Amino acid sequence: MNFDWQTLWFILVGILFMGYAVLDGFDLGVGALHLLVKTDKERRLFINSIGPIWDGNEVWLVTGGGALFAAFPEAYATVFSGFYLAFMMLLVALIFRAVAIEFRSKQPMKWWRQFWDISFSMSSIASSLLIGIAMGNLAWGIPLGTDHEYAGTFLDLLKPFPLLLGVTTLALFTMHGSIFIVLKTEGALQKKLKRWVKNTMIFFILCYALTTLTTLIFIPRMLITLRQEPFLFIVPVLNVLAIANIPRNVSHGRGFGAFLSSCAALVCLITLFGIGVYPNMVFSNPSPENSLTVYNAASSVGTLKIMSLMAAIGFPLILSYTVSIYWVFRGKVKLDSHSY
Amino acid sequence: MDALTLARAQFGFTLAFHYIFPPLSIGLGLCLVFFEGFYLFTRKKLYLDIARFYTRIFGLIFAMGVATGVVMEFQFGTNWSSYSRFVGDVFGSALAAEGVFAFFLESGFLGLLLFGWNRIKPRTHFFATLMVCLGAHFSAIWIVIANSWQQTPAGYHLVGQPGGAIRAEVTNFWQVVFNPSTLDRCWHVYMGAWQAGAFAVLSISAYFLLKKKNVEFAKAALKIALVIAATASLLQLFSGHESAKVVSLTQPAKLAAYEGHYITGPAPLYLFGWVDEKNSRTHGVYIPGLLSYLVAGSTDVPVTGLDAFTPDKRPPINFVFQTYHAMVAIGMTLIAIAWFGLFLWWRGLIWKTRWFLWVLVFSVLLPQAANQLGWFSAEVGRQPYIVYNLMKTSDALSKTVKASEILTSLIMFGLLYLLLGILFVYLLNDKIQHGLQMKEEKGHRA
Repeated sequence: MNFDWQTLWFILVGILFMGYAVLDGFDLGVGALHLLVKTDKERRLFINSIGPIWDGNEVWLVTGGGALFAAFPEAYATVFSGFYLAFMMLLVALIFRAVAIEFRSKQPMKWWRQFWDISFSMSSIASSLLIGIAMGNLAWGIPLGTDHEYAGTFLDLLKPFPLLLGVTTLALFTMHGSIFIVLKTEGALQKKLKRWVKNTMIFFILCYALTTLTTLIFIPRMLITLRQEPFLFIVPVLNVLAIANIPRNVSHGRGFGAFLSSCAALVCLITLFGIGVYPNMVFSNPSPENSLTVYNAASSVGTLKIMSLMAAIGFPLILSYTVSIYWVFRGKVKLDSHSY
Repeated sequence: MDALTLARAQFGFTLAFHYIFPPLSIGLGLCLVFFEGFYLFTRKKLYLDIARFYTRIFGLIFAMGVATGVVMEFQFGTNWSSYSRFVGDVFGSALAAEGVFAFFLESGFLGLLLFGWNRIKPRTHFFATLMVCLGAHFSAIWIVIANSWQQTPAGYHLVGQPGGAIRAEVTNFWQVVFNPSTLDRCWHVYMGAWQAGAFAVLSISAYFLLKKKNVEFAKAALKIALVIAATASLLQLFSGHESAKVVSLTQPAKLAAYEGHYITGPAPLYLFGWVDEKNSRTHGVYIPGLLSYLVAGSTDVPVTGLDAFTPDKRPPINFVFQTYHAMVAIGMTLIAIAWFGLFLWWRGLIWKTRWFLWVLVFSVLLPQAANQLGWFSAEVGRQPYIVYNLMKTSDALSKTVKASEILTSLIMFGLLYLLLGILFVYLLNDKIQHGLQMKEEKGHRA
């Protein structure tokens, strides 16, 4: 029997993007909420809660991009050239975000801090929306030619379903971020933030219900693999349980439990997305025969094997760095002379 | 303008701006290891102050590098998707390896380096510094591997695809990694980066000495940086020489263009000059036979000239002639500055020689210029190919992206980077001016 290296790499690339969503998800969410706290001290607490870790979180995206390039060059080439302007906007947003975090507290002037506060928040919101819109397009399908090139325009990317998924992603990250920031704060601020968790949760659950409903009605293709492999139904079940577990933990005041549930919900959602899309990488709609699948978009099996070896060496290292840095910076965020 | 020109302009511009920062992170990272190592060894607070001060500067530089670096990872797909389809199997793995083996290491320990001073023990912190430095060096390896494969492809074969397209696939991974130019170019990049970092410290220290601020602090940092600068500058001479030899063997058209060498035969080495591309002649001051001697060990060995290549297979000749010669001239100047500095230090004159300190203040720009000029020579010298002898740059573009879209993004990046460049210089200056007093201000300007 031939081992299915292409599917393995579909899963591995998926894990990298999942790592990105779980980790950068909460710091994008913190950014989205940033302007809602008003005092300078509170805003510094927000930024410093993600200060030592946001950069490492973004590496998941960069590495995910590199792995996509290496394992599925056709998908990488089609998606990035096809979504050209959208990705350029995402890049500008990510650049603004990175420098806003670094620059904001370096000058005391009010206008200076205000400018970077707005940049930080807007770029976080824009990044979340754009990531969601890109995923929505992959789920809905985009027009591809026989040469696998994108055959639509920029405006074709802004269909209702991708926009809905954009908003849902923003809602998800905002909820995730609000749960995270509660963990990192204390006192009156924490009390206020706890109320926000409820609001973001309601917003997310509404979006989630609407997205699920829309997917069931309009994109039955997303269910094919699920029907073929009934054991996969565990994923949507776990997903619902994880989401339901968030308010339960919040009402019991278990912040860390809520955060873990939120992480689990993200993992399940992305797994569901992957199951729904598989075996396609980029579904062509119309003309599905032009779709890029994990097989016709992949690199040679030889390369996938080499990369698997790299992943086998690399993943334990990555996990050990990630775990140790989160361990060192556990607990409430404190401002000191080294803070942003 | 056509899409090709715009896409090349965008790639060149975003990469040149990005490349201000990684060499500084690599070189300054090395300096940080020495500063903190000296602190652990001597336990003098002076070295701790130095390490902390330069760590703050490092943080700013690193953030700029990260912000401008994300663009690079995705630009192959957005602007050069035909290239990505052709090389993804080979080139993509190097980029992925950079993420897995370098970026995670670097960014993970960076948090500890910047924010961990009060949370972890000095030895653990030193370990974090070491890992960040190592991570920065690792990332350069993988990028140089990827780029060297474009210069001297090896370890691949061409495979036809179902749709009729052709792509390169890996046959031997180690031949891809250690392709003929990887090792020499990697050293060349490292030495350039060490020079960038060391001369940055020299510049800041000399400035403090001239302004009579933080004198003890500046002297201690200057000594360490001067030794690194002198070592790296000298090693750079040898690595440059080895690199040029590899170019003569693997990319003869590029070497011929570097030296404006038209007719195959014994070749002179130009000190400076001008290439008259219309009449295929090179004017300038030269040493007869020296190029032959340098690449082959004897003054009368023939060196392949541009006459061996039809005009459509030659790079822009005068452009790379000038960038290459300017790089070499700067390299020599850096050796002179660093070793003259050592001489002054040995004679005990360096702290009093004000004109030399002023030279050091401005010397920070030289390695930056040489690094940029070197990359321009290497990349423009490879033209008209994007992968040497395998794929032309004009065939590498994204088919679906319109010239107007590239122009839009180019203007967007132009404005954004202009803003970032100004802010970077402003904040860097602010950090240098106030960096040492910050501790007493309860972190208000951290």
